[in-house]
Amino acid sequence: MESHKDCEINGPHSMGTTIIGVTYNGGVVLGADSRTSTGVYVANRASDKITQLTDNVYLCRSGSAADSQTVSDYVRYFLHQHTIQLGQPATVKVAANLVRLLSYSNKNMLQTGMIIGGWDKYEGGKIFGVPLGGTLLELPFTIGGSGSTYLYGFFDQAWKEGMTQEEAEQLVVKAVSLAIARDGASGGVVRTVTINSEGVTRKYYPEDKLPRWHEELEPQDSLLDILSSSSPEPMVS
Amino acid sequence: MSNNSCMDLTAKGGFSFDLCKRNAMLSQKGLKLPPFRKTGTTIVGLVFQDGVILGADTRATEGPIVCDKNCEKIHYMAPNIYCCGAGTAADTEAVTDMVSSQLQLHRYHTGRESRVVTALTLLKKHLFNYQGHVSAALVLGGVDCTGPHLHTIYPHGSTDTLPFATMGSGSLAAMSVFESKYKEGLSRDEGIKLVSEAVCSGIFNDLGSGSNVDVCVITKGHKEYLRNHMLPNPRTYVSERGYSFPKKTEVLMTKITPMKEKVEVTEGGDAMEE
Repeated sequence: MESHKDCEINGPHSMGTTIIGVTYNGGVVLGADSRTSTGVYVANRASDKITQLTDNVYLCRSGSAADSQTVSDYVRYFLHQHTIQLGQPATVKVAANLVRLLSYSNKNMLQTGMIIGGWDKYEGGKIFGVPLGGTLLELPFTIGGSGSTYLYGFFDQAWKEGMTQEEAEQLVVKAVSLAIARDGASGGVVRTVTINSEGVTRKYYPEDKLPRWHEELEPQDSLLDILSSSSPEPMVS
Repeated sequence: MSNNSCMDLTAKGGFSFDLCKRNAMLSQKGLKLPPFRKTGTTIVGLVFQDGVILGADTRATEGPIVCDKNCEKIHYMAPNIYCCGAGTAADTEAVTDMVSSQLQLHRYHTGRESRVVTALTLLKKHLFNYQGHVSAALVLGGVDCTGPHLHTIYPHGSTDTLPFATMGSGSLAAMSVFESKYKEGLSRDEGIKLVSEAVCSGIFNDLGSGSNVDVCVITKGHKEYLRNHMLPNPRTYVSERGYSFPKKTEVLMTKITPMKEKVEVTEGGDAMEE
C-alpha cells in the first residue's frame, strides 16, 4: 500500500486544466485556472500556466506539466536566438510554428496541448492552438485542457467577432470559472494575460471574486480563523 | 540466414535489454526483486522573512524495514543552496551530488555565487531526460543575489515555485499544517517552529516517515544546518538485564604475527612538486 501511495504522490504531474485564448479588437486575452494535480492530490493550487515566450507572445500549457514546461523552455530559447538574428520582435506565427515543430516531431513522447497568443505589428493579435499530436490551428478563439469540454457550447453561444478588451476579459473569466465549477481537475484562481499593441497586462482573480453558478456556495472563511489562534502543541511523546 | 543473426550480436551499440528479459523470466518464476532503499519521507520548505527554511525527517526504509533511523535528507548543493530529497535514496543522493559538482564547476567558471534557478534547471533537465525513471522528488531552496527561492521538482521533470512546499509520503500531513498556519513574513523562530511542526506531523501520521527532525535555515550570506533539531522519538526503554547471548565461540589459540616491512622508504628523494 505504501509503494502504491508513493507512486501516486510522485506520479506524473499533470495539469487537469482549463485554458482559453480569445482574440478581440486590438489584441488577445489568454486565460487559465491554476490547479496542478498528481492523481487526486492537488500538488500546486496556485500554479501559473501562462508562460512567457517573448515580450509579446505567451503560451498556455495543459497536459503533462513536465512535457509542457520543457517544450516552452526550448521554444523560449529558440525564439530568443531568432529575435537576436532577426533584429526585431518575433511574430506570433513563428512562435506557434516552433511549438508545432517540437510537438509534431515528438508526438509519441509528448502529452501536452498548448495555446499560443500574442501581438505583433504585422498581423495584430493572433491565437494559435497546438493540441495533442502537433496540429497548428490559427483561430479567432480556442479552448483546451480537461475543463474545455464544458465550454464548447458556451463559446458557440457567447463568442462574438470584434469585442472590446473589457468584454473579452469578462468572457474569459466567466468561462474559466464555469469550467472550474464542473471540472474536478480545474480549480484555484483564474489568471488572465492581455496582450495588445501597448504591452502585456497580467490579472489575477481569486476564488471569492469569481461569479457563483448553480448550486455553488459562497466561500467562507476557514473556521480555523474564527477559533483562537493559539494551537495545541504538536504531539511529542 | 542463421549466420546473419549470430553476427548481429557483436555489431550493435546502445542499451542491451538481455538482462531485462532475464528479470522478467525470474519474476515470472516467482522471484521477487530485492526492495530498494527509499526515503519514505516528509520533506518541507518555506520562505520566511529573511530567506528559506528546509526541513526533513530522518527515516530511510527498505520495504517494510527501517534501514537507517537517522539518515540525512537535506543535501548540500552550494554554500547558499540546499536540497531535500524524497524517493529512492540512491537517486536523490546521486542526482544532488552530480548537480552540486556541476554547480561548483560553474562557480569556478563564472566567478560568482550560484543561483537557485541554475540548480533548478540542471536538475529538471536531468530528470526530464530520464522520463521519471530517476525517482527523485526534491524540495530545492536557497538565497542568492536575486532573493530567496523555493522550488519543488518532480521525478518527471516538472517544477513549481511556491512560498511553502511539501513532498514525500508524508506531504499531505505536513501540507495540512502549512495550509492552516503559514503566513507571509514569518520570523526565523516562527518559521523553524512551523517547519518542525509540519515534519512532526509527517513523522507521527505517516508510516514512511519517522525518527528525528532536521532543519536548515538559509539567509543572505549565512546558513545554519540544524542536524537533529528535534528528537521526538527517543529510545525510552532499555532492558536492565542487558543482552547476553548464551553460546560463545571458543577461543582456541592466540598468535600474533607482525607484518614484515615490504616497502623500502628512501629519504631525500625528489620532492613532490606543488
